[in-house]
Amino acid sequence: MREVSSQVIVDTVARLCMEANYYLGDDVIKAFEQGLQKEESPTGKDILNQLLKNAQIAKNENIPICQDCGFAVVFLDLGTDACVKGNIIEAVNEGVRKGYTEGYLRKSIVSDPIRGKNTGDNTPAIIHTTFIPGDKIKITVAPKGGGSENMSEVRMGKPADGIEGVKTFVIDRVLRSSANPCPPIVVGVGIGGTFEYVAFLAKKALLRNVGERHPDPFYADVEKELLQSINNLGIGPMGLGGRITALDVFIETHPRHIASFPVAVNINCHVARHKSAVI
Amino acid sequence: MTDAIRIKAPLTDDDVLKLKIGDSVLITGKIYTARDAAHKRLFELAQKGEKLPIELKGNVIYYAGPAPTKPGYIIGPAGPTTSGRCDPYTPTLLAHGLKGMIGKGVRSKEVRDAMQKYKAVYFTATGGAAALISKNIKAVKIVAYEDLGPEAIRELEVDNFPVIVANDAFGGDLYQEGIKKYKR
Ligand code: SF4
Repeated sequence: MREVSSQVIVDTVARLCMEANYYLGDDVIKAFEQGLQKEESPTGKDILNQLLKNAQIAKNENIPICQDCGFAVVFLDLGTDACVKGNIIEAVNEGVRKGYTEGYLRKSIVSDPIRGKNTGDNTPAIIHTTFIPGDKIKITVAPKGGGSENMSEVRMGKPADGIEGVKTFVIDRVLRSSANPCPPIVVGVGIGGTFEYVAFLAKKALLRNVGERHPDPFYADVEKELLQSINNLGIGPMGLGGRITALDVFIETHPRHIASFPVAVNINCHVARHKSAVI
Repeated sequence: MTDAIRIKAPLTDDDVLKLKIGDSVLITGKIYTARDAAHKRLFELAQKGEKLPIELKGNVIYYAGPAPTKPGYIIGPAGPTTSGRCDPYTPTLLAHGLKGMIGKGVRSKEVRDAMQKYKAVYFTATGGAAALISKNIKAVKIVAYEDLGPEAIRELEVDNFPVIVANDAFGGDLYQEGIKKYKR
């Protein structure tokens, strides 16, 4: 059993909160550059150029890419041979508190959904825990903005819907989202599992890097086809018309019940933020 | 950058009537931030016929709640938020003389109709380009509802603040036109 102090968790989470909000991934930057080549709308091109400049400023000055610094969604992959001294959940929240306060990140969480006030430190985090073999702990922080999260949806379809039903649902969801999720977007799709698990799959899909295909060639092809169809919709950067509506589409799947066909679409904006560290 | 039209805020009816969907515009002057929480308060005061904490006549409201200000900065990153959340309150503010709005995303039919009736314009700024946009903000002053934190009403002095006309005073809608033009 390898011991890890909870202070290491606190410091790592704090650092990842700041880095995710300041430094846009190279995969996304590259996708902007490639999008610029393909974009036909002059306004769309202006917007993509602004996004490139914006990412550069945020990185150079260590300031957030977007004022909405998101809900702190934290994925913990815990090695079964690693043992954290102290309360790991408290440590993650302490890390979020520290990162959002010391990093000048916006705090956007209200304590109770109906009667709440801003908690003032962006806690609590949403924590997804998985156990993995070994003695390492992998932490991923993926701050999630409200504008794009609000355009997401779970649908309990019929098994007869099949893959065509999935495609129709995803495209329709993107079309109805229009300009609201700050296109160009990244689309996470979950298929299978249960009502709550399919939403998790769609969220997890957003952790992939732009350009990274599903290992199963069947789903890899569906991802490519969906990306093409979405970019044919004409929504374009910021929804003002154009070619580049989405940067990528990622699918994650899970076995399902014979009677159920859950599908989830989790939309991410172009600030497709996630940073990881292995302890 | 496509050729931009320069305008000064507050706006006159003439300024508004010059603008058509798709125009790139650089705004210089004073504008006010307000999100839905502040809108709710303004709306309730307006309905009761009470005095508002800011003058709406000719003014431009920017739907934005900035990130905290880092030492040495005037303001934190401050991009637009989704305008639709203010839609239920907007026609009333337009009736009180509001001339311009800056945000992101589509507006309701009620808002678009009221914009035609009262001659107003809706601009979109690039959502998520918050670090870049904040460079065009030269001064900031909280003028109302400080208790709302990032949602307080701030008076911003902006210089060549880059926006695009998304809905004009003639019923034009760039979201609908844009998608028609580029759909395959
Ligand atoms: S959707 Fe994304 S880019 Fe747009 S305002 Fe929210 S966090 Fe920022």
